Amino acid sequence: MSQSALQPNRLAQGGQIDRTHALTFTFNGRSYTGHPGDTLASALLANGVDLVNRSFKYSRPRGIVAAGAEEPNAVVQLGATEATQVPNVRATQQALYDGLVACSTNGWPDAQRDIMRWVGKLGSPFMPPGFYYKTFMAPASMWMTYEKYIRKTAGLGRSPTQPDPDIYDHMHRHCDLLVVGAGPAGLSAALAAARAGARVILADEQEAMGGSLLDTRETLDDQPAAQWLKTTLAALVEHDNVTLLPRTTAHGYHDHHFVTLHERRTEHLGDSAPSQAGHRQSRSRLHRVRAGQVILATGAHERPLVYANNDVPGNLLAGAVSTYIRRYGVVPGQKLVLSTSNDHAYRAALDWQEAGREVAAIVDARTAPEGDLVAQAKAAGIRVITGSAVIEAKGAQRVSAARVAAIDVDAFTVTGKVETLECDTIASSGGYSPVIHLASHTGARPVWSDDIIGFVPTTVAGVTATGGAHGVYPLGEVLADGVEAGVNAATALGFAATVNDADLPRVAPRHEGPACALFQVPHEKATLRAPKQFVDLQNDVTAGAIEVATLEGFESIEHVKRYTAMGFGTDQGKLGNINGMAVAARCLGQSIPETGTTVFRPNYTPVTFGAVVGRHCRELFDPERYTPMQAWHVAQGAEFEDVGQWKRPWYYPQKRRTSEGEGLETMAEAVARECRAVREGVGILDASTLGKIDIQGADAREFLGRIYTNKWQKLAPGRVRYGLMCGDDGMVMDDGTTSCLAENHFLMTTTTGNAAPVLEWLELWHQTEWPELEVYFNSVTDHWATMTVTGPEARKLLTELTDIDLDREAFKFMDWREGHVAGVPARVFRISFTGELAFEINVQAHYAMHVWEALFAHGDKYNLTPYGTETMHVLRAEKGFIIVGQDTDGSVTPEDLGMYWAIGYDKPFPWVGKRALTRSDTRREGRKHLVGLKPKDASVVLEEGAPIVFDPKHAIPMPMAGHVTSSYYSPTLESGFALAVVKGGHQRLGESVYLPMADGRVHEAEIVGTQFVDPKGERQHV
Amino acid sequence: MQRYSGFGLVKHALRHHEDWQRQWRNPTPKPGYDVIIVGGGGHGLATAYYLAKEHGITNVAVLEKGWLGGGNTARNTTIVRSNYLWDESAALYEHAMKHWEGLSQELNYNVMFSQRGVLNLGHTLQDMRDIQRRVNANRLNGIDGEVLDAEGVQSLVPIMDCSKRARYPVMGASWQPRAGVARHDAVAWGYARAADALGVDLLQNTEVTGFKIRDGQIQGVHTNRGDIASKTVGCVTAGNSSVLAGMAGLNLPLESHPLQALVSEPLKPVLDTVVMSNHVHGYISQSDKGDLVIGAGIDGYNGYGQRGSYPTVEHTLQAIVEMFPIFSRVRMNRQWGGIVDTCPDACPILSKTKVKGLYFNCGWGTGGFKATPGSGHVFAASLAKGEMHPIAAPFSIDRFHSGALIDEHGAAGVAH
Repeated sequence: MSQSALQPNRLAQGGQIDRTHALTFTFNGRSYTGHPGDTLASALLANGVDLVNRSFKYSRPRGIVAAGAEEPNAVVQLGATEATQVPNVRATQQALYDGLVACSTNGWPDAQRDIMRWVGKLGSPFMPPGFYYKTFMAPASMWMTYEKYIRKTAGLGRSPTQPDPDIYDHMHRHCDLLVVGAGPAGLSAALAAARAGARVILADEQEAMGGSLLDTRETLDDQPAAQWLKTTLAALVEHDNVTLLPRTTAHGYHDHHFVTLHERRTEHLGDSAPSQAGHRQSRSRLHRVRAGQVILATGAHERPLVYANNDVPGNLLAGAVSTYIRRYGVVPGQKLVLSTSNDHAYRAALDWQEAGREVAAIVDARTAPEGDLVAQAKAAGIRVITGSAVIEAKGAQRVSAARVAAIDVDAFTVTGKVETLECDTIASSGGYSPVIHLASHTGARPVWSDDIIGFVPTTVAGVTATGGAHGVYPLGEVLADGVEAGVNAATALGFAATVNDADLPRVAPRHEGPACALFQVPHEKATLRAPKQFVDLQNDVTAGAIEVATLEGFESIEHVKRYTAMGFGTDQGKLGNINGMAVAARCLGQSIPETGTTVFRPNYTPVTFGAVVGRHCRELFDPERYTPMQAWHVAQGAEFEDVGQWKRPWYYPQKRRTSEGEGLETMAEAVARECRAVREGVGILDASTLGKIDIQGADAREFLGRIYTNKWQKLAPGRVRYGLMCGDDGMVMDDGTTSCLAENHFLMTTTTGNAAPVLEWLELWHQTEWPELEVYFNSVTDHWATMTVTGPEARKLLTELTDIDLDREAFKFMDWREGHVAGVPARVFRISFTGELAFEINVQAHYAMHVWEALFAHGDKYNLTPYGTETMHVLRAEKGFIIVGQDTDGSVTPEDLGMYWAIGYDKPFPWVGKRALTRSDTRREGRKHLVGLKPKDASVVLEEGAPIVFDPKHAIPMPMAGHVTSSYYSPTLESGFALAVVKGGHQRLGESVYLPMADGRVHEAEIVGTQFVDPKGERQHV
Repeated sequence: MQRYSGFGLVKHALRHHEDWQRQWRNPTPKPGYDVIIVGGGGHGLATAYYLAKEHGITNVAVLEKGWLGGGNTARNTTIVRSNYLWDESAALYEHAMKHWEGLSQELNYNVMFSQRGVLNLGHTLQDMRDIQRRVNANRLNGIDGEVLDAEGVQSLVPIMDCSKRARYPVMGASWQPRAGVARHDAVAWGYARAADALGVDLLQNTEVTGFKIRDGQIQGVHTNRGDIASKTVGCVTAGNSSVLAGMAGLNLPLESHPLQALVSEPLKPVLDTVVMSNHVHGYISQSDKGDLVIGAGIDGYNGYGQRGSYPTVEHTLQAIVEMFPIFSRVRMNRQWGGIVDTCPDACPILSKTKVKGLYFNCGWGTGGFKATPGSGHVFAASLAKGEMHPIAAPFSIDRFHSGALIDEHGAAGVAH
């Protein structure tokens, strides 16, 4: 088959595509061919595919309108496999690759035969803006049903249902100058700054750099623009100080010249990132750029004119027509009518005619257009109709004619008779809108310029807009403007640079006549009676909708936007917003600058979640922290608990034989065994995860006294003390022991989860409140491993391995000693969280496994038993030792815990929390107190979090007196027991409380003290 | 007020939608009002509406420096729930929940309150203890909810990774079926329209520049459109409350922080509940339009810029992709920020002040939207009677002197 039969709209010559290679792709189940260099959109147009989607609200047929990021209609579902699905890809920005599979996002059974079009056709009169705020209210119970169907019709593409096979990464970059956009302005700016010595990053979102030079009719130095482009790119590549980033969109401009760039590294190659030399490549990359200066050379977007049925396939932007012809060798139709308000768009008609297709007419809204391009068109024999516009397109699934009439722009009326011109394509141009998104992301409001009929960026220090991005359009001026921007930026950065006009290429001067300000084209009928005139194609927002919104009192442009959904699409209103503002301004009888713009927000174009996430997913989402004994725990078959970022052994289930055969212990069995081992023999806990903060300095002791509730003045070297820490609201926030290592040197321990917050807390108070104190904090959590050897046999075991005198009198409870354990230097602390005799051995982390294994080598004869956090919890709860964050919740004072002994009210300096503890609410009767609970039925283990009431027969809402904070079965007591907070609990010892459960059961329990085992605390002193 | 209905829509369609009434007037300020509400967001407009509707006080002005509903009402992630831990907050948010149910009918404006349920996930043993405790407390307070295990969560949200492979595997969740989402803008507009119909003057582009105070009694406000007198002024200005309080010589225990949110491109329905995780730190729902609506915590620094820092966005999406690996190829459309006024105990301030007649309703932090009807209702009652409504009373500013804080950080108050 000949190529023309395969691709009816492909020209035999021209464009920057490679006709020697064919690429096969599938759209809506049909197979087509295109060429390297094509976008999906150009290939679809080449193949004569008019209808690419159904619209969001009215299910109207839609075709390709634009050739770049501003495309609102050609939003497709991409992906050949389930895992590689990508929703909402703009066909105009997707490079064609072999085997590409895409389909329309809307339409059932397909976009061509869509059933919903009937709903759209018949229902559209009843769907003015915000109709859903006015309906679906009766009966109230039906809303969830209505909503179900509303949701079904909404949305564009679909999410994949399988995990992403690709990876993504981040790169942090610094540069002197970031240039966004590699059109004529950006290229000149980058080169000028690079020549001055600045480190430059030049990023461009398209497949090829060059911007408007890729399809311009103009020549540079009497050569085709492509020649200058090639030379300039080569010159940039020559510079070591230049980084070129093609296929890279600057999508967010943040404070202090922090710009995020999304580089699509492999999306032009296939569905999934190909491997390179056996390595997985990242599919795309987020560059986090901090620039000294930023130049925005982002160009301008052409504005379509708003006329009736301007959404029928075959309505295109004039510039897009030129782009498809000149860059891709594709003419998207046979017969063209061009409707314009400016000279520049004339090139679409010239390009069309030169491609060998017919131009029915150029319809110019101006009464006397007079520029060079106008003259060229007339000379080429093209009919030019002045003072007129296309007021309506005809056709169902493709334009069949244009209705043209004379109009009065200022009076917004049709003044002449309507002439119907047969055609299959209507190109329109209402002028150009500078791409000001990035310049506005940090809140700078753009300003209206009557000269260019558009908004231009305001001045932001260090940010320069150049070329089309601030309304400079003629090519010669753009190049000069770019050079000036580059030189100025380099100078501001401290480089010596001057503008040398000789460096600029020669551009043949071209006279352009003034444009006229035309946005919505008047129709013979009033806007609300005329056929739909679309402003925002993606969200189906019409000029009529904006008119209704203003009628209803939505006068702020933000209200208009929100009420009509204008600009809320994935194109974020790149084509429609200025037209929408113009329509709103007309309806409100005010000017466009008075109407103002909505706020521009990142992203400029959508960015893959995966790229934002980078490598911080899966195993690197939040890396797991392990103690040095992790491998041992795993080998022992421990179950693990997440505590902060740490994996801690929860319990160690052992093999056991029952009547049912061999199996693993249940958690209850394992915990009972571990508990008994500690109470009767000796157990060992890996406590390395506890936070450790090394505190030094002449004022270290004073600082501790201010931050802890209790006293620290007299703690001697070699001694350890328990400390309680309150927030400034007087509520307990952390606890732990602190040891005096030397006169000005302490080691603080914190709870595992609070290690970092406590360090921050210390620094906060030191840096902001008491900077005069000489004290230094260092986290040493990871430096030391901690193993707790505890139980009646602990001393016997440890004696075998240490040179420290463990004698009861020589090494008292709450002492610490330095020496060796298993031959390595160690600090041993005689502190106990189990109530038993206990030694906490600290050794440097890399010695830890050796010491741990040595303990077990000697521990066999004592049945040394490793225990996990669950057993630790049971043992400490039996002793009434609290876990901050479990038995406290930010509303508990030291007094509520009954820990009067840990509060130094008479300390000279008002420690953190002291004042709060004297407030009326912290002094009142009836606060919740920490108590023990003994279930009446010893076999009951109360639910942690169970509510406590005094009167279980009270109607709902039932007054709550407290809740269970910790609850376990105690193998020692052979019963369930719990810790709880209860209103006035300290005064209610011996009373009964009730626990009404969700299943209807009501438990009864007696309030008791918090120490269930060894209440006198004798065992830890043995 | 022109009633809205399906039938009305048909009538208007026949008339080409040319004679829709304004939803609210654009009046000129009167010299004085019985009550002035400063702040035309959801809470302020609701306050004005209930003042007129329930207390017959219709000589009311709402002063809004920008456009109605343009602050946090327009920027939140629209989640509505009432499963708060403490009795005081539970009463307040459940009061709001009861108003949400039926609000569309009451206002004759479809606020699209969609009771699609909210899951608060638990990933650690302590999370699960807190969830048990909160759901139990809710049950005793008459608020719906149940504790689900991981399988229960998985069956509600099949697309979430509830496997043990996750970094912090889902252990369970609290589930409040009556919770859900609502259309935020419509809430502001619905209240505005209904308040306007009852005679309230909604004054947009009217910025308060100072207070007129004599002998400890409020006399009125200075604005960019002249002075307006009133002996009762209620300030409902969220992130700008400290600024306003400063004009009256008051210090509020508030910090204003950026809070960001983001949306994906619109997708076909894929997620039909609200999923929140404090531990992995992100929350997500899907709007009726199809966008995944995503948020997380505040930015750490203070500021009045309505935008935040990029790392917060990165962390948020990391959490979302950790929970929903299938969303990795979905694309982020837009991000934005608001200014939230956070209190030390993560609870709001509804209070009289030392200036007689001057009231503040602020400090809602990251979770004010869900309270809108309840907040407006009790604040209106307080302004009308000169005494704080019993549900509002515990939220007095005095609690920062007495220490009677309502600390919602513990179990429910971090992510909203």
